[in-house]
Amino acid sequence: MNTVVAGITYRALLGRRRIILLLVLPLGLIALAVLLRLFGETGQRSAMLLMDNFAINTMLPLLGLIAGTGVIAPEIDDGTIIHLLSKPISRPVIIRTKFVVAASLLAVFGAVPTYVSAWLLVSNEDGIASGFALGALLAGIAYAAVFLLLGVLTRHAVAIGIIYALVWETLVGGFMPGARKFSIQQWAKSIADQISDSAFLKADVTLGFAVPALIIVTVAAVFWAGHRLRAFSLTGDE
Amino acid sequence: MKIELSQVSRWYGNVVAVNDVTMTIGPGVTGLLGPNGAGKSTLLHMMAGFLAPSGGTVTLDGTKVWKNHRIYRNIGLVPEREGVYGFLTGWQFVLSAARLHGLPDPAEAARKALATVEMEEPKDRRVETYSKGMRQRVKVAAALVHDPPVLLLDEPFNGMDPRQRLQLMDLIRSMGAGGKTILFSSHILEEVERVAQHIEVLVAGRHAASGNFREIRRLMTDRPHLFMIRSSDDRKLAAALIRDSSAGGITLRPDGLEVQAIEFRRFARLLPRVAKEEGVHLHQISPADEDLESVFSYLITRST
Repeated sequence: MNTVVAGITYRALLGRRRIILLLVLPLGLIALAVLLRLFGETGQRSAMLLMDNFAINTMLPLLGLIAGTGVIAPEIDDGTIIHLLSKPISRPVIIRTKFVVAASLLAVFGAVPTYVSAWLLVSNEDGIASGFALGALLAGIAYAAVFLLLGVLTRHAVAIGIIYALVWETLVGGFMPGARKFSIQQWAKSIADQISDSAFLKADVTLGFAVPALIIVTVAAVFWAGHRLRAFSLTGDE
Repeated sequence: MKIELSQVSRWYGNVVAVNDVTMTIGPGVTGLLGPNGAGKSTLLHMMAGFLAPSGGTVTLDGTKVWKNHRIYRNIGLVPEREGVYGFLTGWQFVLSAARLHGLPDPAEAARKALATVEMEEPKDRRVETYSKGMRQRVKVAAALVHDPPVLLLDEPFNGMDPRQRLQLMDLIRSMGAGGKTILFSSHILEEVERVAQHIEVLVAGRHAASGNFREIRRLMTDRPHLFMIRSSDDRKLAAALIRDSSAGGITLRPDGLEVQAIEFRRFARLLPRVAKEEGVHLHQISPADEDLESVFSYLITRST
């Protein structure tokens, strides 16, 4: 961890319009929970629908995309990354710092609102709120790592990230049972399922697969991103 | 400290950007001169550890530069691209550089670096409000903050006004005199002449010439020159000029004579004398190829 790198990265992400992007989805989630509550649609079934369809399937991957690519891709695009890279700091340290920043943003803007909105609907019933919050936290950390890697690998990180989040995670994961094993969202649900006793929650992937998979994906993505940044090249305009 | 390039090449697919360059950059100021697209930035990026050579080696005092973040203790880099966080103030930007270097007193180092480039007064303004010249100077301050023995600057004078340009030239000269190894790239001969003791010329990716500015000037002066001459009797003048070996070829054109002078100095003395002897009035003498591109293209044909 390097505090100067972390400070600059936080300022770049929170001090600009990007913070609005980070706020829109979690505020939307809480607003939906409030609406459901106002219309008396509380209860585990509503909570589950909201968590499943919005918090985990939509909000989390998009937040992962905004924060994960946001901590590095804009700097690579406009060349400001040179300021950090032309210093005697190992590149993997820079990557690990940026990963921690992205993961912390996903905790604040992803896991916390997930807990709040579930709590608004079912309080602490059957551990649903804490289950989804923990699932969102761990999946958020994995998303941060994957999208950070994407930001280092390609200049089209956002476009590829959207395709990944929407096509793979939502469509393929939703319609092809076999592919669900390899979906970060499903791993999040496995964790939620483990903590919650709710009868409405049914995970497709076992915890014994989901937890190692989350750890491996996160560690491998951060490691690979660090490795790639070591070979960062300036191709110039010539 | 010394940067050594040994048979360095760099290609992108089928395009060769830098072709078999061997040079040593030692203490003092070296100017890397070449037209746009000559491969100056590519070469500079390889020296700064921001590009892997496709062939050959780049070392700093014997240590490999590529994939070695430790070199930045000794190198200060001023890239050509803006590369400055607009949301930071000049002070925050330079201070962050000092802290990233892990300096014992980052605030004092930042203050000193900003003073060196005369940026103390606007230091508390955000970088996005700066002019191009101010951004350039704040980049130089960030590159100097750890007092590196080696400084690499990519087209540092671009976008500066004449006063700022002179100030940066003075700064570079005095740092070079102080024993730092400084390399800067430029496509403008006058800039390089005024600052650099040593000049390396790069043309179309090849190392075309090397020496102090007098040697480079002489190379450029002694090359064949092309003149357009209008006179009272072009044909008579042509016949008289061609008798001398300093005139290589003469073409009679409707608007005058096009003369290829092989030996510049001798031809310069010959022309007025012959005109006087033949009683021909000279109306106009103009160099037809004085632009830098033709000078460079001469150097490249000479080096092949």
